[in-house]
Amino acid sequence: MYPILKKQVLTPVTKLYVIEAPEIARKAQAGQFVILRITEEGERIPLTIADYDARAGTITIVVQELGKTTRQLGTFEEGDSLASFTGPLGRPTEIENYGTTLVVGGGLGIAPIYPIARSLREAGNHVIGIIGARNKELLFWEEELRSVTDELIVVTDDGSYMRKALVTVPLKELLESGRKIDRIWGIGPAIMMKFIAATSEPFGVPTIVSLNSIMVDGTGMCGACRVSVGGRTRFACVDGPEFDGHQVDWNLLLSRQRGYLDKEKEALQAYEAQLAENKR
Amino acid sequence: MANESTKAARPERQEMPAQDPQERAHNFYEVALGYTPEMAQLEASRCLQCKKPLCVTGCPVNVRIPEFIKALSEGNMWGAVEALKDKNSLPAICGRVCPQETQCEIKCVLSKKDKPVAIGRLERYVADWERTQGMRAPTLPSKNGKRVVIIGSGPAGLTAAGDLAKMGYTVEILEALHTPGGVLMYGIPEFRLPKAIVQSEIDYLKALGVTIRTDVVVGKLYTLDELLSEYDAVFLGTGAGLPMFMSIPGENLMGVYSANELLTRTNLMKAYLFPKWDTPVKVGKRVAVVGAGNVAMDSARCSLRLGAEEVHIVYRRSAAEVPARAEEVHHAQEEGIIFDFLTNPVEILGNQEGWVTGLRCIRMELGEPDASGRRRPIPIARSEFEMPMDTVVMALGTQPNPLVFTDAAQLERSRHGTAVCDEATGRTRMPRVWAGGDIVTGAATVISAMGAGRAAAQSIHQTLTGEPPHEPD
Ligand SMILES: Cc1cc2nc3c(=O)[nH]c(=O)nc-3n(C[C@H](O)[C@H](O)[C@H](O)COP(=O)(O)OP(=O)(O)OC[C@H]3O[C@@H](n4cnc5c(N)ncnc54)[C@H](O)[C@@H]3O)c2cc1C
Ligand SMILES: Cc1cc2nc3c(=O)[nH]c(=O)nc-3n(C[C@H](O)[C@H](O)[C@H](O)COP(=O)(O)OP(=O)(O)OC[C@H]3O[C@@H](n4cnc5c(N)ncnc54)[C@H](O)[C@@H]3O)c2cc1C
Ligand code: SF4
Ligand code: SF4
Ligand code: FES
Repeated sequence: MYPILKKQVLTPVTKLYVIEAPEIARKAQAGQFVILRITEEGERIPLTIADYDARAGTITIVVQELGKTTRQLGTFEEGDSLASFTGPLGRPTEIENYGTTLVVGGGLGIAPIYPIARSLREAGNHVIGIIGARNKELLFWEEELRSVTDELIVVTDDGSYMRKALVTVPLKELLESGRKIDRIWGIGPAIMMKFIAATSEPFGVPTIVSLNSIMVDGTGMCGACRVSVGGRTRFACVDGPEFDGHQVDWNLLLSRQRGYLDKEKEALQAYEAQLAENKR
Repeated sequence: MANESTKAARPERQEMPAQDPQERAHNFYEVALGYTPEMAQLEASRCLQCKKPLCVTGCPVNVRIPEFIKALSEGNMWGAVEALKDKNSLPAICGRVCPQETQCEIKCVLSKKDKPVAIGRLERYVADWERTQGMRAPTLPSKNGKRVVIIGSGPAGLTAAGDLAKMGYTVEILEALHTPGGVLMYGIPEFRLPKAIVQSEIDYLKALGVTIRTDVVVGKLYTLDELLSEYDAVFLGTGAGLPMFMSIPGENLMGVYSANELLTRTNLMKAYLFPKWDTPVKVGKRVAVVGAGNVAMDSARCSLRLGAEEVHIVYRRSAAEVPARAEEVHHAQEEGIIFDFLTNPVEILGNQEGWVTGLRCIRMELGEPDASGRRRPIPIARSEFEMPMDTVVMALGTQPNPLVFTDAAQLERSRHGTAVCDEATGRTRMPRVWAGGDIVTGAATVISAMGAGRAAAQSIHQTLTGEPPHEPD
């Protein structure tokens, strides 16, 4: 069992959990993820390692409440335990001193971009950050990101905080400004990553994205996470999750992510019905 | 030997009672129901108690077949259990899943003129009887102070762990998934091998003092070198869990599953109980399963039970080459699975939304025998045709998962990705590392994996203590 040591509400739809997992914490690196089950009957869901502390023996995850599993996790409190917690999975981010790097985190993607920015900074890079959310309420970790970047640009879609823009707007401006940017990381919803990659492609700046395909085992044994990169089928869980964003077949990813929509709805309805039942 | 009079007196081979095909095609309860005591006695009485029992030579672990059958027919059930388990620690499982018709039973002398003794069914009967006697309290040996780590909890790992624990070793099993058991839990469906049976074997190991840690992916959480610094020996029993695809157009459409994904969702995560259990699986009305091994039969029969109306097995060779156990093919046919032999997919067809709509196939004919000794299938020109399908399952075989080899350069691997080791002992070139089961052979059988686990346990014991192998017999 894997106890929740700390729980924090970041936004109305996002919660942070610090999980006691000393051995994973010792091995974890930026870019890797865990797969957890909340109960014995639970689904295995992948979540990026948003922070890790080898000394404290903890892994931090930031979870956006979308469907049944993430919402039910939201009802777990400090002291409760998860049924399983496996990791660190996936290949770590390739950290080097590239020179000037740009990290772009959209929405929930702000969490996974944080350890990457930190590692890049530790490796001597000049790190520029762009983070964005739909509105002020949904934005989190601004201070955290500020602490691991040399420059930080914050945007909201509706202008309720800082600049009103999509993350691709300041990205494009930076690229057009002629400043030398050696490498870009973009993490967020698939559609946002698609546009980040499309924005940087004409400038020829290598752009790394983290593909959130549907997963089951996370060890290469099922193929649920198949993505197409550079015309080749890859398993996101073991070959990724980070890939060259200019080579990704985005339409395939988007269509495969929708594969279980009806079942997800059914699961959520059953869960809500059960909650209503329990209240009575 | 059988003369005319004994032959006349010999009862017929006892058929196994089974759930009605119409009914079982819609549930996950066990298909084969097991012998009654009377049937078991009748079947046991068919054995001639050969002086040189050929049946034993057909069994990969040389189960003492005539001895256990004799004890059974004398009503000495504990004697039967003992004779059986001397060589096979998982008889309730092997009795259900061994391909007996190509192993022990094909060698039985009776098979020349009559049907062979139903060795597997008797094995299952004895093992099931033992389970009704409650959990055996194992006699715990004194610890010898040495520690062995077993990677993977399939039949190879479970057997090695049990044998080593009984010899006094401190044994720890590391398993990547959240449930131990390997293919026995995630692959082979409940209706063929009830999970409670596998669980009782795992509980027995725990009672023997073996610790099992799930959610540990070796190669990610630990490397082999790290494990070697903590343990005296390592046994690799990680199986062959990597699915293969055909690299044909359309393979990444939604609705195309690897057999591993379909079976893992269904068996390990109990998708057939969705939404009570959280993991979904999507099986349409028309399903094509590509391949004809046990994995393909299980995928086809699971699809039927998950609500498919028409399920096809698409196989490029002919009925004679089907690698699945005879009983599974028979059961699948009874349940209404359609076999399309000499048929090979060339493309998976899809719609705008990225979903499967059909399978484009080509007809095949058999040519000269190939390296495997089977006649090679050759496509017939201009014989392509399309079948409308909602779901396509790729059951083309598997390879060892390379994760466990991470940072273990010393561990030699073959062209097929299998671990190279000494066949008899499982010893690899990497000091203090043994391997056995599907990771060495590629996808094979439960009993061969078990045999390899047992051989490796003996070799580990011999190496760590310098004692001669503990020779059974
Ligand atoms: C490598 C990786 C890292 C991720 N990191 C994070 C993270 O740090 N924080 C976070 O909130 N989310 C992350 N996700 C997404 C997260 O796994 C899904 O949001 C979660 O599984 C949804 O489960 P649910 O039951 O609540 O919702 P559902 O109703 O089941 O699904 C909602 C959406 O999530 C996607 N999804 C469903 N099941 C899975 C699955 N098994 N694997 C992947 N996606 C799925 C579907 O595309 C669906 O649109 C990550 C996904 C991947 C692959
Ligand atoms: C669907 C299906 C049906 C079958 N039907 C039959 C049948 O009827 N009769 C028969 O004799 N055989 C059958 N087989 C074959 C048989 O199940 C296998 O030959 C046998 O299970 C191999 O045993 P094993 O111990 O080598 O590996 P497995 O049973 O594959 O177990 C390996 C275990 O290692 C774990 N693992 C892998 N990598 C790691 C890692 N890096 N770290 C930690 N753990 C890891 C895996 O999760 C798994 O639990 C079938 C196979 C399948 C898939
Ligand atoms: S273990 Fe398998 S092959 Fe050996 S006797 Fe039993 S059923 Fe036959
Ligand atoms: S099972 Fe067959 S071969 Fe074996 S002892 Fe009996 S009759 Fe002889
Ligand atoms: S999640 Fe199963 S292979 Fe990647």
